[in-house]
Formats: sequence, structure tokens, C-alpha cells
Amino acid sequence: MILFHYFRVFFGEAQVQHGYDSIWHRLGEHCWYSLIALVCAAVIALPLAFLTGHTGRGDAPIAGLAAVGRAMPSLGLLVLLAVKMGLNFQAVLIPLVALAVPPILLNTHEGIRGVDTATVDAARGMGMTPLQILLRVEIPAALPLILNGLRSASVQIVATATIAAVVSFGGFGRYVLDGLYEYDYAQVAGGALLVALLSIAVLGLFGVLSRTLVSPGVRRRVQ
Amino acid sequence: MISFERVTKRYPDGTVAVSSLSLEAPDGAITVLVGPSGCGKTTSLRMVNRLIEPTEGRILVNGVDARQQPAAELRRGIGYVIQQAGLFPHRTIVDNIATVPRLLGQSRSAARNRAFELMELVGLDKALAKRYPHQLSGGQQQRVGVARALAADPPVLLMDEPFSAVDPIVRKGLQEEFLRIQAAVAKTILFVTHDIDEAVKLGDKIAVLRQGGILAQFDTPDRLLAEPADEFVEQFLGTDRGIKRLTFYTANGLNLLGGPVVAADTEPAAAREAALSGGFPWLLVVDEQRRPLGWTNPEALSGSQPVGKTRLVSFGHVFRADTDSLRAALDSAVLSPTGWAVGVDAEGGVIGVVSQETIADAIRAAHATQAHVDVAVGDVEGEPAAEDAGPEDRSLEQAR
Amino acid sequence: MSVFDLPSYVQNDYLGLMGQQIEVSLGACAAGLAISLPIGQACARWRHAYPPVLVFVTILYSIPSIAMFVFLVAYTHLTETTVFIPLVIYSLAILVPGVVDGIRAVPPEVRIAADAMGFGPARRYLQVELPIATPTIMAAVRVAAVSSISLMSVGGVLGNLGGFGNLFTQGLRHFEIRLVWLGLFSLLALALAVDLALRALQRLLTPWSARRSVRA
Repeated sequence: MILFHYFRVFFGEAQVQHGYDSIWHRLGEHCWYSLIALVCAAVIALPLAFLTGHTGRGDAPIAGLAAVGRAMPSLGLLVLLAVKMGLNFQAVLIPLVALAVPPILLNTHEGIRGVDTATVDAARGMGMTPLQILLRVEIPAALPLILNGLRSASVQIVATATIAAVVSFGGFGRYVLDGLYEYDYAQVAGGALLVALLSIAVLGLFGVLSRTLVSPGVRRRVQ
Repeated sequence: MISFERVTKRYPDGTVAVSSLSLEAPDGAITVLVGPSGCGKTTSLRMVNRLIEPTEGRILVNGVDARQQPAAELRRGIGYVIQQAGLFPHRTIVDNIATVPRLLGQSRSAARNRAFELMELVGLDKALAKRYPHQLSGGQQQRVGVARALAADPPVLLMDEPFSAVDPIVRKGLQEEFLRIQAAVAKTILFVTHDIDEAVKLGDKIAVLRQGGILAQFDTPDRLLAEPADEFVEQFLGTDRGIKRLTFYTANGLNLLGGPVVAADTEPAAAREAALSGGFPWLLVVDEQRRPLGWTNPEALSGSQPVGKTRLVSFGHVFRADTDSLRAALDSAVLSPTGWAVGVDAEGGVIGVVSQETIADAIRAAHATQAHVDVAVGDVEGEPAAEDAGPEDRSLEQAR
Repeated sequence: MSVFDLPSYVQNDYLGLMGQQIEVSLGACAAGLAISLPIGQACARWRHAYPPVLVFVTILYSIPSIAMFVFLVAYTHLTETTVFIPLVIYSLAILVPGVVDGIRAVPPEVRIAADAMGFGPARRYLQVELPIATPTIMAAVRVAAVSSISLMSVGGVLGNLGGFGNLFTQGLRHFEIRLVWLGLFSLLALALAVDLALRALQRLLTPWSARRSVRA
């Protein structure tokens, strides 16, 4: 199959094995900046969602924000900010964070809101302060949904960071874009494969995280 | 003691959930708040631990106004059991029970040890300790809820329809367990239910509330059943309150006849002889351990077979002669095809039998004595003082 | 010169872009729904089939669109199909769970009552289960439609396959920020219009359901 031929050609090239354009370097770029964006998005979205989820307010605005986030084209945001701010990292970071906040916000809010009212009532009746209820009861019980949100956000970030190559970002998207401009389809295919593998690895990582962090009493069983 | 002093709860839209409620729930006893939905019983309960704040009036817990302390601190000293248990799904059973001790600063091992103690108290198998709530049945979850409420040994317990969400058989078991636990720990308990039977069964004092949170009557269960304050209370108590009252009269004083009881290996001739001389219309046949097998008609006895081998009439069900109430005895007699009740001891061995008529006489006597004691003792709350009750006080023992 | 006049290097006029956008993204959504209905029904019926299907579809959804487009280019070259097929696959990740949840939302008592009244399986499906499942399914369709519209824009990187997304790549190449704004507004406006249209459609299909909107 022609795809596999491309893969073989790509991974055989010396330049992708070491040096500036190597896979390892690109991987590091992609992961590092994705991580920064995820942390920023989490720092913004998580506390806000804890507040709205715990108090039960903000259903409509958050649903609206999630809808806007879904409708927002990542490529458009990236290009807009690049034209406004130049081809630097901040111009890429802002769209990455902006697109990652809605899934974290929505899922965390729903998760906390969805904790059984009887459980929260019992916790209040036992004399837990609101903060204690949030930290010791609501968050652990909502953890599956919170992790879901973080996972969605991570996948979104990895994908957007790939497209950011259009505005001179590095990472695996670089292979795809450079390959397109140079008509080097091996590079294009190789880059796409790497990106796909990275995304699947992120899914796997969250699977492991979910298994270790989520209490067995809360683990959702997909029926 | 929990005191309500003219407590009112009015919501912003004008609805009055509780209207000027005043009552005193005595120490070490179970006070039941009962009434139809909308009568403010749950609202009243939740004002004690300030999950809801009263609009007017005040609530004193052990003499201290509930509003003196910060709410969270107050609640750690009060146990709280709700209908759906509200167990933490992400914690094991033992960690659920250990929650309040941990909140109060106890070490994890000390709290867990306490949790194990409580599991034993509420009748939960130790093997369940490491399980999670979703793995337990409804009845088991409720027990965990009770254990959790008792963990920090609070003097006061608030219970909001804790047994309503389980099926009747499990509920009966839980109620009986609960009474056993209360006998051991003697907490001051405020218990909410919509079920008047549960209230009568569990309550030392009962407060009947009507719609709008107005107190209709506050009395011991026996007096409540005997003299409902008005038509609402009477309707709420139901049409069989006369029978319900009988649960408060013990069967202990009943005169049980041993004569009609014959062993299974008795010869028919001897049996007929015994029946004739005693004037017994029926004979109860028992085995070697004196356990009942059935009734036999002495006149129909023929042949040479020992009575145990003849066709016996079912004896229905028995009553415990020492601990059961007159109601249980009456039920046993009414159910029995012969109209006679069978009284047994703790091992199930027959002590004697009693007819419906004898039971009816006992009921009449109990009513008469009760009327005398009411006049003599007056309006005393809780148990009548020992010196006021005469030799008749046996009939007044609350038999459940 | 109106705001909708496009320079020649875009190789299309505004209406042409809109046509391409609607045709491909909404077409993909519709195709996705057509595939999801039987798959979802099967997953709802055979419970153990659902987890593997869900995992498979989730994995596919996580693969960035550009990668999917690239994989397909090798086979379908630079045509609209290259963008169409991945969009269909992405919509499955939203629609299959939506269909399954919708069907599960039908109370078992209702099914039993229908059977008892003599509904055959096909009629029960069409007249009882599907209508009751519709609000949930429509909520998922709205999400899938809006996502498809915005995901398609990445196609602009490949060539002129991104609908309004083409405006982004061309706007960047020629530093025409006006095109970028135009693209953004057009996409958002289209997404809003589609969302409202689908809500209206849902109300048409299920006039009996509560006024309270289903959380998307």
C-alpha cells in the first residue's frame, strides 16, 4: 500500500532521526507546548467549574460557552492571532488554551453538579465545610467526568498544535506542512502518522490515569 | 434534650413550612415527628442541625442555642441519617463510617477501629468493610448510614425517614435492629416518618404535625392512640387504633391453660378422658420438645393410634407468652381455626393455650387499669415514676 | 466593493464557498447519522457490543483531522471526498453514543406496553422508540453538525477543500486579515443558523416534548 511505502521512506530518512528536524525534537516540542496549554486551560477552567458546579449556577452560560467552543474553527483562530500578534508562541498559546477551556469547563461542571444530592446533603449534615465537601466528596465522585474533560481538551490541544504548523509552529505538524509545500508526500504521511500515534498515546495515558486515580466505587461501567 | 421554642419557618414566597412549633424531645428517648407530606416534619428536623435556618424562634440542643456555634461545628456533634443514606460512593464502607471521627481529627487507624466496632453494633459483616456502597443492598446501606451517624458518639441523632426506601421485610428487620441499638446506646433521637405504624412502633413520644407545620398533638404513643386530640389526628391514626393500642399491653399476665396440651404419644382414650374432665373442646398436640404440632378434636378421636398420628388441625402461628403483646396474642387466637392461641417460650416450647374470650377479658381489664393510672399519675412525660404505679403496672409495660 | 467580494486567488466566490461548506459538512453529518442509527440500535440491543464500538470510535475521533485528511489523500487525492469521509467518521463519535443514549432513554415499560398492544417490531421502532429517542438524538446531531462545520475548515490547508476555511489559509498567505474575519464570522453565523434550524426541526418532529431545551 502506498501509505506504508511513504512511512518507510520517511522513517528511513536520516534527518528525521537526529538533529533539529528529528522526530524526538519535534515530539518534545509538540508535547511540551501542549502540556503548557493544558495546564493553563486547567488553571482557568477547573476552579471556575468547581465553583459553578458546587453552587449549581451557570448551567446556561457554560452550555453556551461549550457550543461556541465547538463552533470555533481552530485554524481561523490561529491565523487571526498570528496576523495580529506575529508568528510567535503566544499567538499559538491563546487559541490552544481558548479551545481547551470549554470541554474542561463543561465536563467538570456537569460532573460536580451530577454528584448525588443525597451524598452532598449527608456531607453537609455531618459538618463538612463547603470546601471540605468540594475536595473530599464532590471532586472524587466527579473524577471520571473531570478526567473526561481533561482528556477531550488534551486531544483538542494536540490536534490544534498540529495545525499550528501553518503559522510556523513546530511539532509534528511541521512535517505535514513542510511536506505539503515541498510535495514530499512521504514527509506528509509520516507526520500524519506520528500525530495519530501521539493522540492515541494521550488516550492511553488518560486510560491509565483513570484506572489509578478513580476510586473503584465510582468507576463508571459502560453498560 | 432538644427544645423547640416557637420555631417558625417562612419562605420568601410566603409559604409557612413550620408554624410556631414548641416541644421538648427528652434525653435518651426516641421522639418521632409524624404527619402527612407538607406538614413540615423534615423542615423541623433540618432546623436542628441548621441545614435550614428558622425564621423565628430558637432551637436548643442540650440547653445551648443551636445558633451559638458555627454550623459545621454543631453538625459534627449531631448524627444525621437520611432516606437514601447518602453514602460517599468513592469511599469504602469502613472509610465512610470513619468520616466524622476523621473530620474531628482522629488518626486513621483509631477511626477505622471505631468503624469496625460500629459495624458490629449495627449488624454488618466485617467482610463488607472494604467494599464500596454500590456493592451493598439497600438495607445494608442504611445500616452503614446509621453506623456512620453514630461513629463520633454524638449525644443527638437526627433521622429523616431512614427506613422508608427499603422494602417492608427489610424495614421490619431494620426497625427491630434499631430498637436494639438504641437500648444499648440510649441516644436522644429525633425521628421523622410519614408512617404512623412506624411511629407507634419506635417512638417514646410522638408529635403529630398537620399541614403547614402546626403541632396537632404531642404525647406518648399509648395516650395518642387512646385519646386523639382532634379529628385530624384521629383520621391520621387510622381506623384500627384500638388494635394498635393493644401492642402496649403485655401478654405476660395472661392465664395460659396447660391442661389442653397433650403429648403426641398419648393414647386416644387418655386424651378423651383429659378433654372431658377439663371441659376442653380442643386439645393441642406437642412433640417431645413440647413444640406444637396441631390441634385435635377429642370427640373425633377413635381407634388405637396415639394422638400424634391422627389428622391434626393447623395451629396457625404462636405468640411469645413472656414478651409479646396482647395484640400478638389476639392475632394468634383470631388466626387459629380453633379460636385458641398458643403461647410459647424462648425455645418455642408450649407454655399453655388461651381462648379468645380470656384474651378479651384481659383487654377489658387492661383498659380499666389504664384509666385508673391515668387519673392517678396525671400528665407525666416519659415513664411513670415507680412509686405511683401499683401492682397493675405490669399491664402497662410497653410490649413491642 | 462589498465585504463578500473575494480576491481571485481564493478561486471561488462567497456563495461557492458557502455551498461547498454546507454540502460537505452537513452532508457528512447526515451520512454519519444514517450510519449511526443502525449501529446505535445494535449497540443498544447487544450491550457487550457497545464498549468496543465506543473505544474504536473514540480512538478515531482523537486522531487530528489533518492526519485523517492526509491518510485519505493517498487514496482519494485532492477531492472533496478526502474531507468528507473523515468528517463522517468524526460525526460517528458523537452520534453513536447519542443514538444509544436516546434509545436507552425509552422507558422499558413503554416498550412492553407497545408490545402488549400489538405493535410489530418495525412499527414499534418507528412509531414509539424513535420518536421518544428523538430529542436526545437531535441534541447529538446539533453537536455533530456544529463540529463538522468547524472541523471542515482544516481542509483549507490541503488545498481548496475547507469551505470557508479556505479564507483562513489564503488570508494568511496574502496577509489579508479581512478574509480571516470574514471566514470566522461566516462559520460562526452558519453554525448558529444550523443550530437554530435543527432546534426548529426537533420541535417540529416532537411537538410533545417539554419546552425546556435539551442540554447539548
